[in-house]
Amino acid sequence: MSMMEEKVPGHKGRAEDGKWPWMHIVGFVISIVLTLIALRLVLAHAMAPSGLFVTIMVLAVLQILVQLFFFMHILEGGGPRWHLWMLTLGFIFVFTIVAGSIWIMTFGAEAY
Amino acid sequence: MPDDTLNVSHFLVTGDPLIYGADVSIVVVSIAIVAVLTYYRKWGWLWREWLTTVDHKKIGIMYMIAALLMLFRGGVDALLMRMQLAFPNTRFLEAEHYNQIFTTHGTIMILFMAMPFIFAMMNIAVPLMIGARDVAFPYLNAISFWMFFFGAMLFNLSFVIGGSPDAGWTSYPPLAESDFNLGPGENYYLLALQISGIGSIATGINFFVTILKMRAPGMTLMRMPLFCWAILATSILIIFVFPVLTVALALLLIDRIAGAHFFTMLGGGNPMMYINMFWIWGHPEVYIVILPAFGIFSEVVATFSGKRIFGYASMVASLMAIAVISYFTWVHHFFTMGAGPGVNSFFALSTMIIAIPTGVKIFNWLATMYNGRVRVTVPMKWALGFIPNFAVGGATGVMLSVAPADYQYHNSYFLIAHFHQTLIGGVVFGMLAGMYYWWPKMFGFVLEERYANWGFWWFNIGFYVCFIPQYLLGFMGMTRRIYTYPTGMGWSTLNLISTIGAFMMGLGFLFIAAGIVYSIFYGERDTTGDPWNGRTLEWSVPSPAPHYNFARIPVVTSRDAWWTMKKERKQGVLPPGEDEIRPIHMPKNSGRPFILSLSFFVAGFGLVFHWYILTVIGFSAVAACLLLRSFDYDTDYYIPVDEIKKTEASYGRS
Ligand code: HEM
Ligand SMILES: [Cu+2]
Repeated sequence: MSMMEEKVPGHKGRAEDGKWPWMHIVGFVISIVLTLIALRLVLAHAMAPSGLFVTIMVLAVLQILVQLFFFMHILEGGGPRWHLWMLTLGFIFVFTIVAGSIWIMTFGAEAY
Repeated sequence: MPDDTLNVSHFLVTGDPLIYGADVSIVVVSIAIVAVLTYYRKWGWLWREWLTTVDHKKIGIMYMIAALLMLFRGGVDALLMRMQLAFPNTRFLEAEHYNQIFTTHGTIMILFMAMPFIFAMMNIAVPLMIGARDVAFPYLNAISFWMFFFGAMLFNLSFVIGGSPDAGWTSYPPLAESDFNLGPGENYYLLALQISGIGSIATGINFFVTILKMRAPGMTLMRMPLFCWAILATSILIIFVFPVLTVALALLLIDRIAGAHFFTMLGGGNPMMYINMFWIWGHPEVYIVILPAFGIFSEVVATFSGKRIFGYASMVASLMAIAVISYFTWVHHFFTMGAGPGVNSFFALSTMIIAIPTGVKIFNWLATMYNGRVRVTVPMKWALGFIPNFAVGGATGVMLSVAPADYQYHNSYFLIAHFHQTLIGGVVFGMLAGMYYWWPKMFGFVLEERYANWGFWWFNIGFYVCFIPQYLLGFMGMTRRIYTYPTGMGWSTLNLISTIGAFMMGLGFLFIAAGIVYSIFYGERDTTGDPWNGRTLEWSVPSPAPHYNFARIPVVTSRDAWWTMKKERKQGVLPPGEDEIRPIHMPKNSGRPFILSLSFFVAGFGLVFHWYILTVIGFSAVAACLLLRSFDYDTDYYIPVDEIKKTEASYGRS
């Protein structure tokens, strides 16, 4: 019974802790800044294409980290660490998509 | 960029008697629904009990009704195609119309029939099986349903307004790009999938959290029913692959309405990249729909063999293995792109490996039945029908996975037969088994057997009559997506047989539908809550389950918890946790999920026709709904003890 109570979402009024969500706002601003930098670099053709690809990738990874720390509160919470399992799996899958797609789309291309 | 001046004769599809027929029937059915609701004064009831509900059981029922309706629509599409192909040189459907029909057939069957059907089953069963009172996020659950619903509405609307998509359910560029596909049809496809896709991702998250966080005390992961494990695996797949589809569709949409060049050769894009991304989602998607069916078969086989499932741990391991490996096989859908021997061998091998855990599961079901006291009820019939079906489907899959051989099979009728064998013999059989199995839990009466048996036999035999000839036609060189063929190819007889089989399946569906109607009036009432002598917790509550599910949350001490409780009760052991009833905390109904999704529909409809004002209005309404929710603190309530006691007493329980 008590288990259920804490699990029904929206049960603790959100106004209760009454704090201004600073973490979220900071994370939001950083995310927007990172995105704008990427956009600016591309629109201005600031580097050679390969340099652009790498820079955008790095910015994207930074953005992921921002999301994890500021929005997802990766370090908080007790109990079994499901989120770490899921993150590991997510990392494997994302790596598969990116590396796999590059491999598939370029393998044997030199023959043409 | 496409020309966005559309006049009325383009807006409403004209000139085809089939479509005029559809226009008329849509109008007639709408008027009938409005008239019936008004005459019986049911508008308030509809709004309060259904449109605003956040109860997982009612949401599940709505998913199921929608899935059955879509099965009907997709089935009519299928029969039209089979009529066209029954004889050579037929002039029943024109090429363009045929293209539209196979496109809507495939899209509807996968995204608007199979997906809602699995969502129906998981909504109905998972919370009850794990001893929870609802899903983790009931409000989000309602949003998921309505996003699916309005996505499906948008897609079906294309038939009469603007014209249906016609680039196949895979919607490959360059054919799906605006250069080759001016009309709004492809926009409908992209936006409808995008809108319902949001709902699907939310459902994946919802059930992942529900299963990990909401289990009753004592229900460890390894005590969970296998259906819950299947849904956990499916949810993980949904969470990780649907975003890839979202991105692929979004890029194609940007190409189409903003003139970008992600997938056009001319602008430096690459159409194969779309195909790559589509199948990164597409292959796991076929496992998203089959794993829940596997879960249902596990429950049905265990219940009707009167035994616990054989090899539980290996069942769990193979589910999880399938979920992960299915992520690494997608290139088998475009071996013929010719990425080279390295890529093709890797993906051929990974594809073949998937067959191993699948085989493990088949042997475990057989071993469960072995030496069991098998009761051949209707759900069990579907499970028994599934096994040979899936053995053939899996075997032909392994044939297709041999990359060099696939250059022959690819896009032939052999492929068509393979995936129908897995999708119909696996998913549809599974969902129908689940429907018959859990029907008493949903509605409080059992579906009548005679009609159901006729339905099963016509559908099952019709299936083989329809699709075995298609394997042969594939070998004889008949390719998929052709709208007619000349005489003298040697294909005519087999095509005719196949069409006959399709109509046998149609007849089977009619028997199933008739059986449902008959049972509503004459079906045997289920007063025990446990009509099948079940093993899992959903059978411990009355049928239909009260809206709070469990008056007291059960305490679980073993796998097949309800079976153990029944045994212990016979021996006079009282289950632990029979303490006082306490007030139950429940989420409140809300009309916002419905309005939110309707707003998405409006925005999507605007985008389809480039009416951006409508789009802005729709998205503003979406934003308003989200904001209102953020400031809504009045989202839940308590059911008082008296009311719970009264409800329980009305079921004859204390
Ligand atoms: C042992 C398991 C399986 C194997 C080895 C397998 C293998 C394959 C291969 C290699 C193809 C591509 C053939 C081609 O395009 O030339 C394919 C296509 C397909 N398979 Fe399977 N498959 C398996 C199970 C399933 C299941 C369980 C489903 C669905 C529930 C399914 C649904 C499909 C669909 C829908 C397509 C074709 C999609 C299209 O081109 O429109 N398969 N399968
Ligand atoms: Cu596949």
